[in-house]
Amino acid sequence: MNGKYRILLPVLSLAFLLAAVFYLQPRAMSYFGLNLLFNLAVPIALATIAQMMIMMVNDIDLSIGTFVSFVACVTATFLHDTPVLGVAILLAAILAYAGLGALIHIRQLPAIVVTLGMSFVWGGLAVLLLPSPGGTAPVWIRSLMTVKPPLVPMAVVACVLIAGISHFLIMRSSTGTLLRAVGGNAQAVARSGWSVAKLKAGAYALAGFFGVLSGVCLVGLTTSADANIALRYTLLSIAGVILGGGEFTGGKISPVGAVIGALTLALAGSFLSFMRLSPDWQIGAQGAILILVLAVRLLFSRRNRKWKEAAQNG
Amino acid sequence: MNIKAKLLGAAALVAVALPGHAIADTTDKRIALSNNYAGNSWRQAMLESWEKVGSKAVSDGIVAAADAFTTSENQATEQAAQIQNMILQGYDAIVINAASPTALNGAVKEACDAGIIVVSFDGIVTEPCAWRIAVDFKEMGRQQVEYLASRLPDGGNLLEIRGLAGVFVDDEIHAGIEQGVSENASFKIVGSVHGDWAQDVSQKAVAGILPSLPEIVGVVTQGGDGYGAAQAIKAAGRDVPVIVMGNRQDEMKWWAEARDADGYETLSLSIAPGVGTLAFWVAQQIFDGAEVPKDLTVPFLKVTQDTLDETLEATPEGSVANVEYSQADAKAVISDAN
Repeated sequence: MNGKYRILLPVLSLAFLLAAVFYLQPRAMSYFGLNLLFNLAVPIALATIAQMMIMMVNDIDLSIGTFVSFVACVTATFLHDTPVLGVAILLAAILAYAGLGALIHIRQLPAIVVTLGMSFVWGGLAVLLLPSPGGTAPVWIRSLMTVKPPLVPMAVVACVLIAGISHFLIMRSSTGTLLRAVGGNAQAVARSGWSVAKLKAGAYALAGFFGVLSGVCLVGLTTSADANIALRYTLLSIAGVILGGGEFTGGKISPVGAVIGALTLALAGSFLSFMRLSPDWQIGAQGAILILVLAVRLLFSRRNRKWKEAAQNG
Repeated sequence: MNIKAKLLGAAALVAVALPGHAIADTTDKRIALSNNYAGNSWRQAMLESWEKVGSKAVSDGIVAAADAFTTSENQATEQAAQIQNMILQGYDAIVINAASPTALNGAVKEACDAGIIVVSFDGIVTEPCAWRIAVDFKEMGRQQVEYLASRLPDGGNLLEIRGLAGVFVDDEIHAGIEQGVSENASFKIVGSVHGDWAQDVSQKAVAGILPSLPEIVGVVTQGGDGYGAAQAIKAAGRDVPVIVMGNRQDEMKWWAEARDADGYETLSLSIAPGVGTLAFWVAQQIFDGAEVPKDLTVPFLKVTQDTLDETLEATPEGSVANVEYSQADAKAVISDAN
């Protein structure tokens, strides 16, 4: 699919779902309603961007859910009680992510295995920090996540900001272009004299950074943490990236699409719940929505190719 | 709309006409159940009870709706989103069995700020604006020893079967048993195993520790483990001591058979899955203007020698003894707490 139209399908799916939700529940069509619909999608969007950074360099991160849970536990304990130590721990976590990226490249390890292993490390650390659910959200993040800007609700502002900043970072800056190139053709990048290990470490560090933001925002919304709070994010984030027009074959990503993909997934849950669908069917229905969108995408890209061929032959 | 208005009017009339009935201002209230998990017999029984009591209350015109929602995955973030959806759907009260005592607090606060009554039970939430219907697990442990003391005034050695290590419920019941033993000094716990609230695990664990134990006069348990303990002790060729049961159908069936054979006597106690219906009525009572303290305690369901037969008969195979609470029960719980 052409890069320009890559974003079209996620936007359309989100618009379609949003219209359906507004039809089912007109109350959602308000400042208050939009915030309730989307505020829990903010940490999911951040986790999706984190996952996107990894998928950008042709890897996949199976530990993002436990990493966000770990960050949430740090936020609700250290960042609240001793902010300096808390920030230090979070920085160390980002460094650990960067180190993982370098390690995966230098030792040529499969990222899927390394991150799966790390998911147990992060999960274990989270349980050590908070053996039983609890902790308190730092006041500043709580007030940031419950802020009521004029006209547009916080959730929407936050999503636009996330999409804008990550778009600028990845699609517009020169570093972003290099990072995408690592996913597209790492050898070419290496031959032109760039250090792929450094670039991969950078991409992983960015993932760690957005993962940290996700955990901090999540605690701002929930007010306290739980060692298992974000386990779902691993799969949600992968689905979000794909739904947003990204592909498993590195380099082909869309930050704006990823944010929209995350919003679509969050909205799909609300939509099914407003439909009063039995929970036994909900997971299946969520999967069906996903498959539907991907099928439509495949259809588009096939037709696109045919047109191109026709144009060349004609 | 017209029909609805007429029906509401009729319901109001009936309510006013009935002497001693609660004030009729809850007829338009809609109550939702937010449940995080439905994968075991206890939760299934809980949902069935809710459905039964809720639909009756709706058809009686006491409330306008009593809808149950279960999240498809047992995850706090998903349940938080579910609660936020309920706020949008305009429910007046949300009754919660929470996936996490703390991770839903943000969503619960949103609900409270929107003027919604939030009542949590079983899996309670710590957000101060919500009501909590908690189970006094500690008291459950203490009462077991108290019962044994009434049966065996001379005291003796006890075997303790604990639940799943590291879970809050296990710690609480254990603490209650310790307290009971310190109050009744003639008892001594000579052995302790983890039965994980499952009869097969308990049977294996008890069979393993039995050879090292002196004579035991009683077994204190946490529910789900009594049947396995009885089997293990019998297989070892020992006299079966007084095993406190936990309301599971297999436990009560074994108890009834032992009673018929040689007059075996014991006590069984656990939480009834119907506690969800108590939360339902508490929410209704709050609408009704009752002064309800934020922290309430559920009475646990006891099965004694006298009630064994009827309870066993009412409990489906493989399930747990259950009781549906009524409006009057809720009133009693509230007035006890006040």
